[in-house]
Amino acid sequence: MSKKKQFKARVRVVPRPEILDPQGKAVAASLGRIGFDQVTEVRVGKSFDISLGAKNAGEARKALEAMADKLLANDVVEDFEVEILDGDAA
Amino acid sequence: MRCGVVTFPGSNCDHDIYHVLKHVLGQEVTFLWHGNADLRGCEFVVLPGGFSYGDYLRAGAMASLSPIMDAVKRHADAGGPVLGVCNGFQMLLESGLLTGAMRRNRNLRFLCQDVRLRVERDDLPFTEGYSKGQILRMPIAHAEGNYVDTEEGLDALESENRVVFRYVSADGELTDDANVNGSARSIAGICNAGGNVLGMMPHPERCAEEVLGNSDGLALFATAVGAAEDMALGLAS
Repeated sequence: MSKKKQFKARVRVVPRPEILDPQGKAVAASLGRIGFDQVTEVRVGKSFDISLGAKNAGEARKALEAMADKLLANDVVEDFEVEILDGDAA
Repeated sequence: MRCGVVTFPGSNCDHDIYHVLKHVLGQEVTFLWHGNADLRGCEFVVLPGGFSYGDYLRAGAMASLSPIMDAVKRHADAGGPVLGVCNGFQMLLESGLLTGAMRRNRNLRFLCQDVRLRVERDDLPFTEGYSKGQILRMPIAHAEGNYVDTEEGLDALESENRVVFRYVSADGELTDDANVNGSARSIAGICNAGGNVLGMMPHPERCAEEVLGNSDGLALFATAVGAAEDMALGLAS
């Protein structure tokens, strides 16, 4: 029987490049207003820090991608990236 | 024939829809709890507006995974009429019953105002009481009604004639000003390929009685009820 390890991971969800991001535009305008005029674009996304059990990093990644696909991101307007942060044995 | 209004945690237009169906149209109506897995024999199912699950993650995303949604999908697949208003529209998008997605309104504001809609389809169970090109006045109340899809998705919507309502000016013109939330191609409401699932951001239940000063939304419910009755009697095509 293979034991499950604990993994910590981060799933980043961002608006797809071709999708207009009204929140990002508003934040960029506000940054400009307070003097950060070097800012050319802001995209506002979401980040999910998820702890999960899996046999190995590959299985953890696969599960996280399925989660992003089914719920965390809406593929019409968003892309996602999965990053395994920490995979110590529990 | 029985109508069902699904209540999710955070729904707030469920009683308005119940009221129109029950007290204005004299139908048998029941509330359906989102956590139940069946529609209790309802022939016409409405997903109401509100803030299901506090709009967490994305508006309608959590609700689209509620136990009742499997039954709603089966009902829709069998040709049963399903109407989603506002948050209900967002749920239909998230559940894949309709195509596309919602973004924050173009101006990032919650918009609560009357809009003009142009009827693009008058052959659906929901729109047979209107005529193509007719201009309706209906209220909207949403922060995320800025409809979007890929260019291919939008082209498919148009070529399959699935745009049901568009935001227009008072004289029926497609203008940027009239498209208050910034929706792609001024889209306010769309249907599925079968025409039995309608999602729309404006609230027909808030304008379905003369006493409210506007009854433009009443025909939508009246014809949907009629279609559902025909279906229940096995008369539908």
